Amino acid sequence: LTQIWVPWRENPQRYQPRGLKGMAWAPLLAARALFRRFPGTIFWGGVVAVCIVVALHGAVFDFVYERLLVGEWVAPGSERSAFGGPLSLGEIRAALAAPGVQLPAWLAYPLYPLTHRLVRDIVAMLGIIGIVSVIPLFSIWWERKVSAHIQNRVGPMRAGGWHGFTQTVADGIKLITKEDLIPPQGDGLLFRLAPYLTFVPSIMAFIALPFGTYWVFRDTDVGLVFVLAMLGVEVVGVILAGWSSNNKWSVYGSMREACQMVSYEIPMGMALMLPIIAAGTLNLSRVGDQQAGGWFSWMCFQNPFLLATSVAYYVASLASCKRAPFDLAESESELVAGFLTEYSGFRWSMFFFAEYCAMFVVSGLSVILFFGAWYTPWSGAWVNHVLTDVLKLSDGWLKTMVLGVLNDGPLWFILKCGLLLYVQMWVRWTLPRIRIDQLLYACVQVILPLMLLLMLGHVLWVMAVPPDGMLAAVTRYVLGTAGLIFVAGFLRMIAVGWLRRRQLVGYLAADVLPGA
Amino acid sequence: MLMLRRATSDERRATLIRCLTFLVLVLALAGHASAADGPPPAIHAASGLQEAALFYAFALMTVVSALGVALSRSVVRMATWLFFTFGAVALLFFLLQAHFLAAVQLIVYVAGVLVLIVFGIMLTASSPWLRFEVKRGELLVSGVICAGLCAVIGHAIWRTNWPASRAASTNIGIDALGRTLLTDYLVPFELAAVLLMVILIGAAYLARQPQR
Repeated sequence: LTQIWVPWRENPQRYQPRGLKGMAWAPLLAARALFRRFPGTIFWGGVVAVCIVVALHGAVFDFVYERLLVGEWVAPGSERSAFGGPLSLGEIRAALAAPGVQLPAWLAYPLYPLTHRLVRDIVAMLGIIGIVSVIPLFSIWWERKVSAHIQNRVGPMRAGGWHGFTQTVADGIKLITKEDLIPPQGDGLLFRLAPYLTFVPSIMAFIALPFGTYWVFRDTDVGLVFVLAMLGVEVVGVILAGWSSNNKWSVYGSMREACQMVSYEIPMGMALMLPIIAAGTLNLSRVGDQQAGGWFSWMCFQNPFLLATSVAYYVASLASCKRAPFDLAESESELVAGFLTEYSGFRWSMFFFAEYCAMFVVSGLSVILFFGAWYTPWSGAWVNHVLTDVLKLSDGWLKTMVLGVLNDGPLWFILKCGLLLYVQMWVRWTLPRIRIDQLLYACVQVILPLMLLLMLGHVLWVMAVPPDGMLAAVTRYVLGTAGLIFVAGFLRMIAVGWLRRRQLVGYLAADVLPGA
Repeated sequence: MLMLRRATSDERRATLIRCLTFLVLVLALAGHASAADGPPPAIHAASGLQEAALFYAFALMTVVSALGVALSRSVVRMATWLFFTFGAVALLFFLLQAHFLAAVQLIVYVAGVLVLIVFGIMLTASSPWLRFEVKRGELLVSGVICAGLCAVIGHAIWRTNWPASRAASTNIGIDALGRTLLTDYLVPFELAAVLLMVILIGAAYLARQPQR
């Protein structure tokens, strides 16, 4: 901070602080420069602050609801939607003063806004934005580490502490302070609009994506269609980005992207129809809830067609969020990053935020529809039996907590999504990029006919095989066992890699570098 | 000079304990929250003033962006305005509890039609900044057609007997929609499917290499 480049245009000079006073002013000047040019900084800071406030608020709201209002205004055991209309200030004050737990009356004022649905919606939306900002922060760092370890490098090691875990934050600060270029010959308005058209839909997809049985912002009947729509809308921004840059590489990149999206949406949508046919609903939470009961009741083991479809969907989803080996739209070596060529600074990073969010969303769809949603591989009844009969745990908050962690919940969902994200990274750093004609050949002549056949077979299976019959059970256990063997092989690979980590990344990284 | 050294066993143990404590705390919080949380609210109809305000906001968005489509000269900007028109119409559908229609509107029109329009422009444009220059004759013809269309729509609005009380807009649900499509409206539905199939075959025929 002793020498600060003041980046705003009207005052392009280097600030040379002298003495202690100058040093004290330096951070303030740096912050002022940041805030002047980047309202985004203020915005995200505000989002984080609001999230914290809201979490505290929600805790108080829950407490009052559970302890005071049940029995007074709401029938015990009724669902929370019975809370419907907003309460008046007087009612809340009366509830706070009710016998039992006495609470100060001024609590009524902070609680009053929370009885309105709109306020709670805004609060939850800010929470979603918070999650959406954290996912790319983590997965960009993770991708750098995975790529480094695959290539026998160590990756970022210095920023932060343990294995450079704050590298993305450092990158973000660098990107904010980077010079912001808009090509003078391009279409400036569309150039500035395009990152938002990519970023906003990828946040919107989280509205209908459930993280657990009750962990969804809007539990709609058309959840899957909504998420697919948002993933499709995202492309418009990428195409406009390429066009408005007025650069031939960018236009090539966005043409490839349009071509790829339009063709791969078809097999992707068809692949998602198979589990929907089996589940009989488009509501993502209900599809997830049908897979409770352990490994063998997961959707992908129900019949061979669904198992094949889960793989085909994964390939199509790689193409639809332009990940390698289908990353033709942003290939570095031929197109100089494609539609991203002219972008720099914060706009550039918004495209990456959108990309990593889309990766998480397609993995999430895959997990919900094929891989048991937010349920554990083991059966909930078995965990309950062990807790009740073996450990002699009485009913109470400890038991519900342990069940919530071991049985289902957003943690399992995020873990499974993380595994699929890891496979996406693994594929990216292992397979070479394919050509555009190979890409279209793979879509139109391989995956699409395959999907048609699988769909026919699946529909026949659903019509002919009774779900409680012998054949269905045998199929389920055979396919589930095959899946178990596959997972065991995967775990063995991980174990071998872990044991040989010093050979893979070197003694320096495993033991000696700071933070290792 | 940075000193490199191995972490002592005490340090390692302390780090491990700290990590484990953190993990247990996080798990406990998550488990507790997942157990305590009730079912989320289903999408509800906005009521009264809120619905009116949202309706006028979305209607204004639709009209302004449609005007943008008509008035802008650059073809890609027209497509961008069209994006906002489609989006605002989808929002209106959401407001009317027609969730399926809204989502399909976004998939078909924004992710399909709009992408194809921009794609077509990029493939066929002779210069990078394609512009529409409207001649006076074209303006006259399109003005007459628009006036006729407005007259028809205005007449229809004038003649329709609008109910005085607003019927509660309820989400009929996707099950009912699917059943209706496959029972009462099966023939139009299948005819539309046949039409799309014909188009697909025609496109494949046109795109095929000519036989020699």
